[in-house]
Amino acid sequence: MIKCRSRLLAAVGGLGVLVACTGSGEAPQEGSGYGLGRPATEAQVKAWDIDVSPTGEGLPPGRGTVEEGGKVFAAKCASCHGPTGLEGPADRLVGGRGTLATAKPIKTVGSYWPYATTLYDYIHRAMPYNTPQSLKPDEVYAVVAWILHRNGIIPEDAVMDATTLPGVQMPNRKGFLPDSRPDVKGE
Amino acid sequence: MTAAASLVGMAAAQAVIPSLHAETPSSPPAPDDPTRVPGAPPTPYGQRAGFEQATRLPGTSHSLTPLQTLHGIVTPAALHFERHHNGVPTIDPARHRLLIHGLVGRSRTFTMDDLKRFPAVSRLAFIECAGNSAGEWREARGQTAQQTHGLTSTSEWTGVALATVLREVGLKLEATWMLAEGSDAAAMTRSIPLAPVMDEALLCYAQNGEALRPEQGYPLRLLLPGWEGNACIKWLRRLKLGNAPFMTREETSHYTDLMPNGIARQFTFVMEAKSVITAPSGGQQLRAGFVEIRGLAWSGRGRVTKVEVSTDGGRIWRVARLQEPVLPKCHTRFRFPWQWKGREAILMSRCTDETGYVQPSREDLIAVRGFNSVYHYNAIQSWKVARDGSVSNDQV
Repeated sequence: MIKCRSRLLAAVGGLGVLVACTGSGEAPQEGSGYGLGRPATEAQVKAWDIDVSPTGEGLPPGRGTVEEGGKVFAAKCASCHGPTGLEGPADRLVGGRGTLATAKPIKTVGSYWPYATTLYDYIHRAMPYNTPQSLKPDEVYAVVAWILHRNGIIPEDAVMDATTLPGVQMPNRKGFLPDSRPDVKGE
Repeated sequence: MTAAASLVGMAAAQAVIPSLHAETPSSPPAPDDPTRVPGAPPTPYGQRAGFEQATRLPGTSHSLTPLQTLHGIVTPAALHFERHHNGVPTIDPARHRLLIHGLVGRSRTFTMDDLKRFPAVSRLAFIECAGNSAGEWREARGQTAQQTHGLTSTSEWTGVALATVLREVGLKLEATWMLAEGSDAAAMTRSIPLAPVMDEALLCYAQNGEALRPEQGYPLRLLLPGWEGNACIKWLRRLKLGNAPFMTREETSHYTDLMPNGIARQFTFVMEAKSVITAPSGGQQLRAGFVEIRGLAWSGRGRVTKVEVSTDGGRIWRVARLQEPVLPKCHTRFRFPWQWKGREAILMSRCTDETGYVQPSREDLIAVRGFNSVYHYNAIQSWKVARDGSVSNDQV
């Protein structure tokens, strides 16, 4: 029992977690695990490892301009988000700066999103809604550039790629705080 | 009852008793005296009685549980609320894989068969959408308990402990966050801090004794008891261990809670204590005399320790009886006997959890959070009983 518990604590070390351990010694020996699963191949990891972090980790090679992005947006995005990203019916993407503390906040990429890299991640993984993951990296960079430019965040001649995108400063970068609940005292 | 069985029953019934009548156009025919007619034969997969009509209320990307029609604490799987971000995928369990990589000793893939061979864990737990009751911030909008509170459900969930599987891949000491990713058309992702979830998180493959329903993540979902539903990633295909949150769309622009000063709260995972009277509730009709007031209470921080009920708009509160079992992070059924004498009444419930947290009034909640938070509305719900016995949503 003592041996079992110390092994579990070592395995999840640093997390301050106690895992209940009972039974009669039928659990696997230290270091061997249950022997389930198989090693992931490089190709398997590469195929699914699509997330992009705020540091830019995960951004693929490729590049896109505002002008190219305008064409991609018109062809693939405007039917849901409107010709200029304002009209909907899907989420409004442009404008809304200065509205977050008002009675009618408008949450857009320009007014609300804290990281430009999230745009790449999300557009690539989930858009267009009817054909997700269909855009090539150059198309994603381009449409990201167009949306950022429409929000007045990058100039019209900017080029977005794995180097420039993580450096884009979003207006609402400081607009978030961690959870501070419980915050309301009941009677 | 299958169509074939129904026909057999009908033929037999007609042979014995000529008169058959249906309660409503959609109800099945029933014999006058079921003791004089052979019943239906066994069936491979059961269905509820044909007279039962309760259904979920579907929107475009969610559906609401009919809380006002349910009993006890378990939600039938077919009535468990839904929320998805680009539809319910069809996934062949034989081809499904869970990939675990990042800050681990050995990146590995697991088949569903692998995951089912690990030591299993079962527990009851509620799952509530962060946006449950979101329509109630500004006005009494929902007409029924289904519309006001129907994005919460309870199931018995079975799977393997996350800690067990992470041990198998060898968690690195610097791993503090985990990206969970779904295999749906949104490739839905959330970043999960490891320390608070390691002793309870499950990778689930079963719900109420059978495989997960497609809407609840078949064949595999994450369960983080007490945390908002969107973090309990469904159709789970990937866990990536890292040392910081990944800042996906869902935890930056989406499931964040905007406060009156324009600053948003982020990573607001816990669903705080909440309760609702499910009967009598909006849309129902009271008859004078004895009424058992029934409802559900729950807390993402542990057990419900007390539920109080008021029938006069919050002036007098009396303690309701809690139906066993009272389980942590699980719906708890409460009951309160009442005599309705035909006068106007305002019915309210207020719960307290094991941390001492008391469900707030609407006024107190809005005083702190304003109207733009969207998520995590857990204020006391009021139902107004009119003199004619009709019940409606009312904000006190």
